[in-house]
Amino acid sequence: MNKKGLFSLEGDRSMYPQPGADGKPEIDLASHKFLKLWQGPNHPGITGNMSVELTVCGDEVVEAKTHVGYLHRGFEKLMERRKYIQNFPLVCRIAVPEPDYNEFNYATAIERLSGIDVPEKGLWLRTLILEMARLQGFLMWIGGMVGAVGFGTVGQWSNYLRDLILDRFEELTGARIYHIYILPGGVRNDLPEGFAARMEENLKEIEGFMKDIRRVLFNNYVYKKRTVDTGYIDPAWIYPYGIVGPNARAAGSMTDVRKDSPYGKYAALDFDVNTAVESDVYARSLLRYRELLTDVDLIRQILREMPSRGEFMAKLPNMLNFTIPAGETYVRSECTRGEYGYYLVSDGSAYPRRVNVRGPSYTHAVALLEKMLVNANIADVAQIMVSLHTYPPEIER
Amino acid sequence: MGTTKDILSPFLVWKQFFRKPVTIREPLKRQGADRYRGFHINDMKTCIGCGTCESICENQAIDLVPVDGIETRSGDSGLRPKVDYGRCCWCALCVDVCTTGSLQLTNVFTWVDKDPEVFRYIPGIDAKPWDDSAKGYRKAASMELYPLERVEMQHLHPEERHDSFIEIIKGYSKAEALREADRCVSCGICTATCPAHMGIPEYIRAIREDNVEEGLRIMYETNPLPEICGRICTHKCETVCSVGHRGDPLSIRWLKRYLADQVPASKYAEALRSDSIEKNGRKVAIIGAGAAGLSAAYYLGMMGYQVTVFEKLSAAGGMMRFGIPEYRLPYDQIDKDVNHILSVGVEIKYGVGIGKDITLLKLQQDFDAVFAATGLHDGRSTRIPGTGHASVYQAIDLLRKITLREPIEVAEKIVVIGGGNVAMDITRSLARMQRQKYGKVQVIATSLETEEIMPADREEVVEAREEGALIHPGWGPREIVIEEGRIKGLKVVQCLSVFDEAKRFNPTFDESRGNFFEADMVVESIGQGANLSYIPVDYLEKLEKDHRGRILVDTLTFQTSLPWFFMGGDIIEGPDVIHGIANGHKAARGIDQYLNAKMEETK
Repeated sequence: MNKKGLFSLEGDRSMYPQPGADGKPEIDLASHKFLKLWQGPNHPGITGNMSVELTVCGDEVVEAKTHVGYLHRGFEKLMERRKYIQNFPLVCRIAVPEPDYNEFNYATAIERLSGIDVPEKGLWLRTLILEMARLQGFLMWIGGMVGAVGFGTVGQWSNYLRDLILDRFEELTGARIYHIYILPGGVRNDLPEGFAARMEENLKEIEGFMKDIRRVLFNNYVYKKRTVDTGYIDPAWIYPYGIVGPNARAAGSMTDVRKDSPYGKYAALDFDVNTAVESDVYARSLLRYRELLTDVDLIRQILREMPSRGEFMAKLPNMLNFTIPAGETYVRSECTRGEYGYYLVSDGSAYPRRVNVRGPSYTHAVALLEKMLVNANIADVAQIMVSLHTYPPEIER
Repeated sequence: MGTTKDILSPFLVWKQFFRKPVTIREPLKRQGADRYRGFHINDMKTCIGCGTCESICENQAIDLVPVDGIETRSGDSGLRPKVDYGRCCWCALCVDVCTTGSLQLTNVFTWVDKDPEVFRYIPGIDAKPWDDSAKGYRKAASMELYPLERVEMQHLHPEERHDSFIEIIKGYSKAEALREADRCVSCGICTATCPAHMGIPEYIRAIREDNVEEGLRIMYETNPLPEICGRICTHKCETVCSVGHRGDPLSIRWLKRYLADQVPASKYAEALRSDSIEKNGRKVAIIGAGAAGLSAAYYLGMMGYQVTVFEKLSAAGGMMRFGIPEYRLPYDQIDKDVNHILSVGVEIKYGVGIGKDITLLKLQQDFDAVFAATGLHDGRSTRIPGTGHASVYQAIDLLRKITLREPIEVAEKIVVIGGGNVAMDITRSLARMQRQKYGKVQVIATSLETEEIMPADREEVVEAREEGALIHPGWGPREIVIEEGRIKGLKVVQCLSVFDEAKRFNPTFDESRGNFFEADMVVESIGQGANLSYIPVDYLEKLEKDHRGRILVDTLTFQTSLPWFFMGGDIIEGPDVIHGIANGHKAARGIDQYLNAKMEETK
């Protein structure tokens, strides 16, 4: 994986551990050749509350182990003790930067099992807020990515842009982070007066900055030097490692839930699936940049196509006495990190029997990351991790 | 990859250097968005303390607490939500589910204090700087977390019912009852208001869980006449129902009827565990087999007393059978309730009038206690000129005769004086009989009260009109005009107001605006009085009375100042069925307490 750079010299690798009988390097800590190094949980280059235990030899990682549990709150178990409606303020906390996908999946699972139909306008508004969530999720990710390679200023720009979207969230849902906007049957409110115009202003601002970000980041010798050919994902790993979303698409995959099994109003929207083949950190970050611009375009389309009138919420049965017929369902949607799934089992009572949240970070940040970090440079650990775009709460939901 | 462009390109963003900072300099002064979910406000004028906010809150951040200056009253628990900002997550589900719409969030979101205790407060009671804030999260008008519309009850079409006494209300099907029961938010405001304090949310839950026998058992804890109450109860519970504040109140009465209808009489004993009652050997006499008498008889019977009910008429039910027409309350449904009461060992002696066939003194000697619930069966007269005529009747007498299938006069043109439910009952009964006899209806009901304040239930007035009766509210009767021994009609004048400023009955009239209703027959239905002639004069004198001459009873035990003598039902409180049932239940417990205490003394 570590292709040699133009000017690099062939180093002496005799000092490095040699593979044992099982193909893995033999690590003997008593030999003083190795060092245990903790990346996180308090580290600017870590994506949230997790840590990676690195075993290094020189400046090269020979073994990596992901540690989670720093914010385990037992979401799935807590949900079994709350009525269906009471879980909405809870599910949005499973992926803090993108709460809407949790709300959407959970609500859709409830709707499927109980046969509630969402009105047309409700579907449009859901699609809108999901795209807004993707847009601000990518903007926030840019902040993390550039932080990992030391381009802090760009992160400040993107977080300012994300704040503009949070303002729109605030006026649409009443909250900046935990929107609790999607409920079974539709959404809680219609667009406020003048929303589309203010959104358009923000989108223009974002596009303007994006040009600069392209210049300063993607057409940057330093950034390319650090990221090209780093953190390679072999397309052969996609299925065995359950790789989804931009991580898979940058490795040539065409999977996108929005296209494969359209939900909301995606079938009525015109967009292409972004792909790349290089499959390194640079390719993944450029792909996310293009996805971001696609989202900008999709938001414009949604605001243009959405009917101005109409019900946005179905007539609900009494949510205090709400029960769902026994059954089970799996709902998936395409969040910034890829396929985000909710598996809901109902036993016919007022409480979910089991909810399983399948976030893409679960495989990306554990199995895949542990594999990718072997042979990586210590300085590259942070950018490899961020290039996978992981949210720890989704791992230990 | 290392092209010259990649080295120069980053420098093209130099213009960012001249941008103004985007940072908000004074974040504490930043305004939240118009719908921001900030701090709570609660309108004390509309909040009823129903507690749905408390039950939906997944963080248990809301606690309903008593508040100084807010009294518990009918339709208001007297409690108010206290919010704990250590737990609240501002999801605003409490706002969405609020039954009155009193609870809202403002767009104020900053609050700094040294004392952590202050962050637990009662919105609307504890004054806060954001109390006057006009902006913040409000529930969208077209979004509801529970259905506001009532499941419609199926009625007989006016043409199917206007010439017969078939029951009008068809009753809920199972699917309809489940849907209606689903609307209940289980606040319990109804239970507090119901005179019998029925476990309404509990039996509605039994409907939702499709456990009708459990529902029946819950009903019988406080009400042994569910078939009757499920049809003709005055449903004070529905008047205060919290769901009714923004939508239609729950059809509590029809749901009760649904439960009772679902359980066949043969299953009652098993469902109510009334098949093995231990007798305690004590005897209680009850005068009158009406709502209060039957209720007391049932609960005393369940406690093991040997109960004998003395009923003057030939069937049990009192005003429920002899006052309410069959199209509202079929007799077989009364029989179903009465038969279960008989099955717990209660004996009813029909055709026995106290004071006539047996004296109260004899009852005092033969029984350990006596409960009198004789009701209001004497019609009051307007005493206007002409009321002495043979074709002027009392509504209550006619209704009794209709039940007993005795012949009554049905004239071609009839005027009914009165605007209460009894007036509507006789109007609609006579309308049916006119249609049977003449093929057309010419009956007019006229009341002092205008239509808005007529004491009759709204649906009674509407249905009476559907059946062909004319309702003329707002007229005061002056004279029944009689020519050559025959009634010509009723002279009336316009009534301006019924009650004076002190809310006492004191009608005023505009004598210059009169009207004349043609009639061959007049029925008076302006209220009924009690006949207490069965109580010997010396006893009647001994009974403690209030300043208006009404007999005083203990409000918890319904014991009079004669310790062995208990009174209840319409003669004490009401008049309606559910008060009678509540009185009877309380009197049964009062009698039990009294006799237990007496036994302790004699030991």
